[in-house]
Amino acid sequence: MKKKQNFIQRFFFSVFIFFLAVPLIFIYVPIRNLIKLFQRFFFRMESKENSYHGTNKILKHLDKYFIGYTDQAHKNRTFIYFLLPSMSAFCIFVITPFIMGIYFSMTNWSGLNTGHVTFVGLANYAGLLNDAQFFYSFFRTVIYSALNIVVINVVAFGLAILVTQKLKLTNIYRAGFFMPNLIGGLVLGYIWQFIYNNAITSLGGPFAVSILAAGGNEHAMLALIIVITWQYAGYIMMIYIAAIQNVPQDLIEASTIDGANAVQRLRHITFPLVAQAFTVSLFLTLVTSFKQYDTIVSLTKGGPPQLMPSWIQNLYSLGQTPVKSLNLMAINIYNTAFVEYKMGTGQAKAIIFFIVLLGFSLLQVHYNKKKEVEL
Amino acid sequence: MSKKRVTALMFEILALLLLIVFFMPFLIILINAGKTSQEIINTPIALPSHLVQYYINVKNIFTNDNVKYFSGFLNSFIITSVSLIAIGVFSGMAAWVLVRTKTKYSYLIFMFFLSGMVIPFQVVMLPLVRLLELMGNFTGIQFKDTYYGVILAYIGFGAPLSIFLFHGFIKSIPLDIEEAAIIDGCTKPQLFFQIILPILKPIFVTLLVLNGMWIWNDYLLPVLIIGVNGKTRTLPLSVANLAGSYVREWDLILTSVVLAALPVIVLFLFAQKHIIKGMTSGAIK
Repeated sequence: MKKKQNFIQRFFFSVFIFFLAVPLIFIYVPIRNLIKLFQRFFFRMESKENSYHGTNKILKHLDKYFIGYTDQAHKNRTFIYFLLPSMSAFCIFVITPFIMGIYFSMTNWSGLNTGHVTFVGLANYAGLLNDAQFFYSFFRTVIYSALNIVVINVVAFGLAILVTQKLKLTNIYRAGFFMPNLIGGLVLGYIWQFIYNNAITSLGGPFAVSILAAGGNEHAMLALIIVITWQYAGYIMMIYIAAIQNVPQDLIEASTIDGANAVQRLRHITFPLVAQAFTVSLFLTLVTSFKQYDTIVSLTKGGPPQLMPSWIQNLYSLGQTPVKSLNLMAINIYNTAFVEYKMGTGQAKAIIFFIVLLGFSLLQVHYNKKKEVEL
Repeated sequence: MSKKRVTALMFEILALLLLIVFFMPFLIILINAGKTSQEIINTPIALPSHLVQYYINVKNIFTNDNVKYFSGFLNSFIITSVSLIAIGVFSGMAAWVLVRTKTKYSYLIFMFFLSGMVIPFQVVMLPLVRLLELMGNFTGIQFKDTYYGVILAYIGFGAPLSIFLFHGFIKSIPLDIEEAAIIDGCTKPQLFFQIILPILKPIFVTLLVLNGMWIWNDYLLPVLIIGVNGKTRTLPLSVANLAGSYVREWDLILTSVVLAALPVIVLFLFAQKHIIKGMTSGAIK
């Protein structure tokens, strides 16, 4: 019992020392070093490197671990100096908003600076259970992500296999397939909006009606998947190329001598050895699909209107409700916050979004890790 | 032998065809950037009839007050280049001490950074805006619509991935080099900046490409921190502003789209060899 208390005491003591040390390291130590330099330069004084010999426990710790001349203190100081720039930026711009967000999701914050923010507990989350639009967005996001992940990875893997054959213009192909990835989400949407609405419709015949305007079906999602595949497949292809190049050539040769054909080689040698690349690519495509925002906005402004599927209407006992076919979660969050001015609800949606994404990615990585083979 | 050759030829043709399909959208946009609005609506697939129209369209964009192309380009350039270098150097420093200090604290801090990779921007964007307002009111230093505000935000959001990639790379650098340098009287900062940083070049290039594409093209973070009418607004915001004001004027929209994408594509074509090599050398894993 006594030992445990001791440990807790020591822990809090070291945390206290650490917070005391950081300002000292950034103010006291540089000034002291400057003075020493000055003395050495102008007065030829050899500065003494004394350590603290008093009895004050706090000063003793500070001297030994942070501001003195011991090896440990030097090491710790370097550690803090080198870590602090990215650490502070990361804490201020990512971690603090994240923690604030958990609090805001439990308030009725409107986003307008009215000064009235009241704590409402889990009411926002409870409200989401009755929000048919949000459930619809969630449902559409899952469908879209699943389709998108499959299409992108199949295309990217195919391209990677193709350009790792011994071709004459390999480098040009690689650069060419990668190039759409240089175009940003917003600009990409405008380009394809023009292609779908003007270039393709001008061909006439079956193409006369734009794929984006045709409401009440899955065409808009298909259009979006084509756009994202065009953009993203080249990047995922690079990851597969890196993995395929690492497959040892002698394994391939040995299997050829043993009489394996191209499909068997792919199935039994290449696939297991690039499994790690699959894990990474699936993770990246999953996250990108879920976060898709700017391309949808500039491509279709949320998609053509259609009726909510009848099973969702029945689930929430609604009448016929209009929805937008590409109102995915990221768009729903943005609109709730900045169009309807319900920041609290929007933030609660964002937290749900985070938990869902985290769950899916952990599941995916866990499942895929099992399939990886170590050489 | 001949069968092998036929297969090789088939692959070559297939790749070439796919490349043409991949380039079709570029081509359509490029030919339409040189037409008048009426021509685009009537004949979107034909070649431009008067090449001088390219010049007129580009001049229209350069002089358009909704775009302010040059200031947008300059802002994008400053924000992207400073952020890239800062992310690279700071993340490299952090990753290096995290690898070389083998304590449980450094492992915990590394895990803490990694946890940032699974936080999507949508989750932090609403509180971030509020936080920046609060910080502006509290300290008197405005973080919204300023270069350093955006750049600091990019350092924070770029840190997890960059530290993760650097961490993996630095682990493979032999410790002997550093020990030899320490014996020769190198201080820790000298060691990092003069010896480690040059070794990190391949992964540094990869990160420049990944982060560069992200920052140059980013829309959601600038629209929240800078705003569509901010004085430090970037190129994607300019394009969005233009497309919002001239809904059906495709000649203006397409030309601005081409001009927004052109700088990155030109840069890519020049550095293409290094980029492809950096990306496929196994650095991204």
